[in-house]
Amino acid sequence: MRLGTLHLDRGGQIFLALLTLTTILVPILNLAVPADSPMHVSTFTVTLLGKYLTYALLAIAVDLVWGYLGILSLGHGAFFALGGYAMGMYLMRQIGDRGVYGNPELPDFMVFLNWQELPWFWHGFDMFWFAALMVMLVPGVLAFVFGWLTFRSRVTGVYLSIITQALTYALMLAFFRNEMGFGGNNGLTDFKDLLGFDLQSDVTRIGLFIASALAVAGGYLACRTIVTSKLGRVTVAIRDAESRTRFIGYRVERFKLWVFTFSAVLAGIAGALYVPQVGIINPGEFSPINSIEIVVWVAIGGRATLYGAVLGALLVNYGKTYLTGVMPDAWLFALGGLFVLVTLFLPYGIAGLLRRKETTA
Amino acid sequence: MKTLDNLRTTMRRDQVWEFMVPKTGLELDISHGTILYLEDISVTFDGFRAIDHLNLYIDAGELRCIIGPNGAGKTTMMDIITGKTRPDTGTAWFGQTIDLLRLSEPEIASVGIGRKFQKPTVFEHQTVMENLELAMAADKRVWPTLVARLTPEQHARIDAVLETIGLQEHRARRAGALSHGQKQWLEIGMLLMQDPHLLLVDEPVAGMTHQEMDRTAELLKSLAGRHTVVVVEHDMDFVRSIANKVTVLHQGSVLAEGSMDEVQNDPRVIEVYLGGGDGH
Ligand SMILES: Nc1ncnc2c1ncn2[C@@H]1O[C@H](COP(=O)(O)OP(=O)(O)OP(=O)(O)O)[C@@H](O)[C@H]1O
Ligand SMILES: [Mg+2]
Repeated sequence: MRLGTLHLDRGGQIFLALLTLTTILVPILNLAVPADSPMHVSTFTVTLLGKYLTYALLAIAVDLVWGYLGILSLGHGAFFALGGYAMGMYLMRQIGDRGVYGNPELPDFMVFLNWQELPWFWHGFDMFWFAALMVMLVPGVLAFVFGWLTFRSRVTGVYLSIITQALTYALMLAFFRNEMGFGGNNGLTDFKDLLGFDLQSDVTRIGLFIASALAVAGGYLACRTIVTSKLGRVTVAIRDAESRTRFIGYRVERFKLWVFTFSAVLAGIAGALYVPQVGIINPGEFSPINSIEIVVWVAIGGRATLYGAVLGALLVNYGKTYLTGVMPDAWLFALGGLFVLVTLFLPYGIAGLLRRKETTA
Repeated sequence: MKTLDNLRTTMRRDQVWEFMVPKTGLELDISHGTILYLEDISVTFDGFRAIDHLNLYIDAGELRCIIGPNGAGKTTMMDIITGKTRPDTGTAWFGQTIDLLRLSEPEIASVGIGRKFQKPTVFEHQTVMENLELAMAADKRVWPTLVARLTPEQHARIDAVLETIGLQEHRARRAGALSHGQKQWLEIGMLLMQDPHLLLVDEPVAGMTHQEMDRTAELLKSLAGRHTVVVVEHDMDFVRSIANKVTVLHQGSVLAEGSMDEVQNDPRVIEVYLGGGDGH
């Protein structure tokens, strides 16, 4: 128990090794290998990989609360989107007078709405450090307040899941409204640069890819530290026998609250890395189906392993990219079918195949 | 007097609670040799009197068995001691100074009364050792729990309890893989990790094999002295094998008290409880 975080974590070791390898190779193959070589990795692919990595971080966050704490959150997409919006607001402010209307102060959509000045909640977002803080603070505070209200009144199980869905749905409706000041249904887009780096350049793309890889590795190690600590054993105890855990003296609500909040912060960071890579954030990111999809990634990859969540996020999203290219309409059916198959035949997900040891113990 | 010395050491360990609970009246005082006083307790459920002017005294360090027919009020009595049920009348004192009727359930647990319920609940997906670690008396707030590392003393404590409950070889096994009897022991072990003064054990051998029963008898006997143990049990052979003092409850009050032989030969007891089936 006093051993390192990755001790006895074969899956995690393999995952981090592969991640390191990819993070070293991809930039080389993109920047140093000439474009006509078969070994060349296109910038499009780099960005796609970077996007997948942000999904992987999001999946880790969901696995922490679902796999280890037993809270089936169907609203983590909301925390992801909020982190994304915070980053999007910074990127909007970076556009400056290069927008269509050339207004140095107001983003285009505000000029279009005939707004005269920047709403108060947009202030500060021209500074990166402030935006970076908000990326974590906004999802964190929302999760804290949400958890405070629900965990204390001992809402659990399906009811809690439904409320999380309602949360993300309500936010989606709110963000669709122009008066909210987040660009309505168009969302935030047409970003130019980040910290002075042109978002279209290969080097920036590589930088974002590396940042995403580092965030996934950091998120993985942080979660792994939590789940291998005594706190992690308490969360598993809460998952398996909540009232018993309370009975032996743990304030279950507080444990849930902090782990849930931490998970929301991770989701926010994932969203913030996602937005500059895809170049847009709109209210669709809040849509309830997104949050359900994340849970499906985790279920397919394997719950309560963390690396399984990564695996699930990568495989499912690769499948999605592939399938929406060939047969756009089939995707939701494929996802649903896959989910049913995995639930029936692989209750521990793909990762379950890798860890025979634990299940037979 | 060895018993008393043992108990004094136990008390010293308990000083950690001073930070957590208001000082007045929460220091266990058993200088008169009695750890639990239940006096004139009555409880009524919807007009049905489950406990009727019950008087019961338990000596520090003793192993007491409580028997009685179904519905006699045995579980209800434990509910009152642990604060789960509030009596209509009467007093309940833990030692000379602690008024149990004024404490909440967690407070009662923290002054040193541990209870094992009829149905064992252990954390199935965690190892035996982890179950004990979770139950251990410690700072149970979130942040201290995140940074908690087992100290050598705590390791030794877990080892000692593992030995007491006879699960040393199973320390790394998942609790869910244990037999029913082993789970019961593990649960007793989890109680012991909190170092209670008084252990209330409700029907510990229900569903156990004979060997498991014998080992449970040994275990409970070994706990007496250092702890005070109150056992509710239906199995007469089991009660005979552990008890030197038996209390018979009937319709919510004490019908008889004494050694197993005395009780078994008491005509009133024979009439309400032992009569008929159980001849020996
Ligand atoms: N919460 C309650 N509400 C109503 N009646 C109750 C409640 N708890 C106990 N009783 C009744 O009080 C009586 C005493 O019950 P108790 O569970 O204490 O008996 P017991 O001696 O433990 O019996 P057993 O040997 O079957 O476990 C029973 O008739 C029971 O139905
Ligand atoms: Mg009972």
